[in-house]
Amino acid sequence: MYTPQVAEHIANPRNVGELENPSGTGDVTNQVCMDRIRLTVRVEGDRLSEARVKASGCPPTIAAASVLTELIVGRALNELDAMTKQDVANALGRLPAAKQHCASLAIEALRAALTDARRCRPGV
Amino acid sequence: MRVYLDNSATTAVLPEVIEAMLPCFNEVYGNAQSVHGFGQRAKAMVERARREVASLVNAAPGEIVFVGGGTEADNLAIRGIAAAYGARHIVTTKIEHPAVLATCQALEEAGAKVTYLPVQADGIVNLDDVRAAITDETVLISVMYANNETGAIQPIEAIAAIVRERRERGQKHLHLHTDAVQSVGKIPVDVKRLGVDLLSLSAHKIHGPKGVGALCIKKGVHLTKQMTGGHHERDRRAGTENVAGIVGLGRAAELARLHLGERAARMRELRDYFEQQVIARIAQVRVNGDRERRVPNVSNLSFAGVDGESLLIALDLQGIAVSTGSACASGSLEPSHVLTAMGLTREQVRGSLRVSLSALTSREEIDVALAALEETVARLREMRPDEEAAGIQSSLSRSQ
Repeated sequence: MYTPQVAEHIANPRNVGELENPSGTGDVTNQVCMDRIRLTVRVEGDRLSEARVKASGCPPTIAAASVLTELIVGRALNELDAMTKQDVANALGRLPAAKQHCASLAIEALRAALTDARRCRPGV
Repeated sequence: MRVYLDNSATTAVLPEVIEAMLPCFNEVYGNAQSVHGFGQRAKAMVERARREVASLVNAAPGEIVFVGGGTEADNLAIRGIAAAYGARHIVTTKIEHPAVLATCQALEEAGAKVTYLPVQADGIVNLDDVRAAITDETVLISVMYANNETGAIQPIEAIAAIVRERRERGQKHLHLHTDAVQSVGKIPVDVKRLGVDLLSLSAHKIHGPKGVGALCIKKGVHLTKQMTGGHHERDRRAGTENVAGIVGLGRAAELARLHLGERAARMRELRDYFEQQVIARIAQVRVNGDRERRVPNVSNLSFAGVDGESLLIALDLQGIAVSTGSACASGSLEPSHVLTAMGLTREQVRGSLRVSLSALTSREEIDVALAALEETVARLREMRPDEEAAGIQSSLSRSQ
């Protein structure tokens, strides 16, 4: 049902936790299924230097949260602005049609964290 | 080590059963309807199996009709009675297997009235609700013997007493069916003591092959056959007998009868040990359903703050097979209808896990599962965002 990539992230989720004094936090919940991703990021210059994530919900949500941290660390903020749920889904190999919303939730967490970071540091 | 704890879904076929079936493929391969020796030898094997299945549930061999599994047995019982007596009113419960629920819903769409009885928090149907639901138009009551998710045993004998009262008062066409797929081989099942007219059972839940089952039809009960063709199975189920499958069911039934007591005691001891250890080692766990009135091989648990499917997948990655009542599709939860009917909260249903043992389950398997469960629940809870953190920065969204 799930790809080896999804399974691998479930078995060994990456960057689990929460940064102290993060540049930005994105805490998003899918109001239908109540899956939740809480992403904290550190921004240095115009790059995202560090990320930690916590997640609860169905397997692809946990996998999407985990893979997201791998996709975003070290990237320029303007590159991150262009990321879509498809990037997350692709990194996981494939998500069942009924589970695409898990990739959306990860992207929403990223957007919210970046918005929060920019609110604190206007002009980034 | 691979650990299989999903025996309510299906079981491994025992070597003795496979051995009994093998000659049916290339030695005794005649059509059981044929007059010649090849056919008669096959027929003799089918009839021996019939006696074994009858013996397991204390029925007469002539009361056993072999079918293609539990789902077909339920369909034949419900549709067969509805067709014979008019699909006027059927009483069933909200916690039935889809084989019964979807069949009743199909009849409802075709014009029948169906009452779906609720269950109490313990997962058991209330007798007053049964009594109140029966009308003069009721032709069938279908209540499962043991529930497939919680193992909860329903008061079939008491329902049969209610049915008898109504019959004595003139409601001759009222019948009682029970889906005993999850109770046969786990607890004593005696059609006479239960007082049912129709009882469904399946081979693959008792270490037999898939694709074969039986409907026990009490002598004198008439129903309309649903599979038309030849006059097989005393004209109640057309189609060449699945001799190998039937022989496998017969042998599995024989073993289930001979070893029922020791198997049940062993499964109960391991199941109770499992539950006691889970409760001792993992915080915030609840056992779903009545802990006494249930089959000895099922444990249905809810782990607070954990998604059942994530738990299932994480355990599967460690070679441990279990089941969950939690399912999320397209961002909408489609939780277990059984746990929902019992009044569990959304979160409790979401965190539910079913562990089901068989006669083959070992203590070692249980210990491996316990260690993995403890570690995995802790890991998933560790990963869960704090409740109180939600307010710090929150962008609540409705995503698709």
